[in-house]
Amino acid sequence: MKQNLRFLVPAALFAGLIVFFVIGLQLNPGEIRSPLIGKPAPAFSLESLGNPATRVGSADLAGRPWLLNVWATWCGGCRQEHETLLEIAREGRVPMMGLNWRDDRALALQWLAQLGNPYVSVAYDPAGRTAIDWGVYGAPETFLIGADGKVLHKQIGVMTPEIWRRDFLPLLAETGEGP
Amino acid sequence: MNRAACLLASLLIASNAHAIDAERLEDPALQQRYEQLTHELRCLVCQNETIADSNATLAADLRREVREMMKAGKSDVEIRTFLTERYGDFVLYKPPVTPRTWLLWAAPVLLLLGGAAVAAMVIRRRIRTAHADPATLEEEPENL
Repeated sequence: MKQNLRFLVPAALFAGLIVFFVIGLQLNPGEIRSPLIGKPAPAFSLESLGNPATRVGSADLAGRPWLLNVWATWCGGCRQEHETLLEIAREGRVPMMGLNWRDDRALALQWLAQLGNPYVSVAYDPAGRTAIDWGVYGAPETFLIGADGKVLHKQIGVMTPEIWRRDFLPLLAETGEGP
Repeated sequence: MNRAACLLASLLIASNAHAIDAERLEDPALQQRYEQLTHELRCLVCQNETIADSNATLAADLRREVREMMKAGKSDVEIRTFLTERYGDFVLYKPPVTPRTWLLWAAPVLLLLGGAAVAAMVIRRRIRTAHADPATLEEEPENL
């Protein structure tokens, strides 16, 4: 190696480090990609939040695209996104099921009565077992399941109208809106 | 030597003493396997804690799942697979060797080889200059 070019070695190493740092700092460690994407949605059948005598499950909405929104009354982000969920429900493109996660039934029902109910049905999961099957690690989370029963997308964190338009609507157009 | 052994022993005891579950598995061997495994699994809520250490409700739920699977006779591999199918390799503190983690696993060896190569270069040059003029060996600031 030429003597006069030797200073380039540490400079190149340093530049490489900078590239790593810039990429690394832009990643959000709170968003862990779900291994479920592209796989069949985990089946479940749970008590209905509103009526313990009836069951609510993944089979109810099979054959068309649907949403599964994981929420709880102790979850601040769920309160934040509630307006957006109501808006999505009003749009009526795709039915949304709720998964009430590790919550108190009475509080959850009171929440829906007070703030409005965007869900076609709500499954009650106080022990969090179905949530584990879906790889849920923090509410709110929203899954889009395609007409073929496969998980198409997972939104981790608060749903906003922008995220809905940017991430969900194109996928929904692809999978077809179903009956 | 004796003191070091004492210290080591107390550290080992301490690491077992802080199990945060109210419930223990009846079979001590199973309990030991449980503690070992939960110390290798990462809590997804507080990402720098193992599920054995974390007080997050999700960690408690996952510990319960692990306990139940162990009682049902599932192997460590089956339990790890169960969790990675749901949460991804992120739950494992020891990530598997895949094309994505190849660099991660190879990095220590690559760094060691790189360091050895640099050291060899420096030593060889010093030997050469020492032969040429032994007096300059002591004061040679430009090489390293």
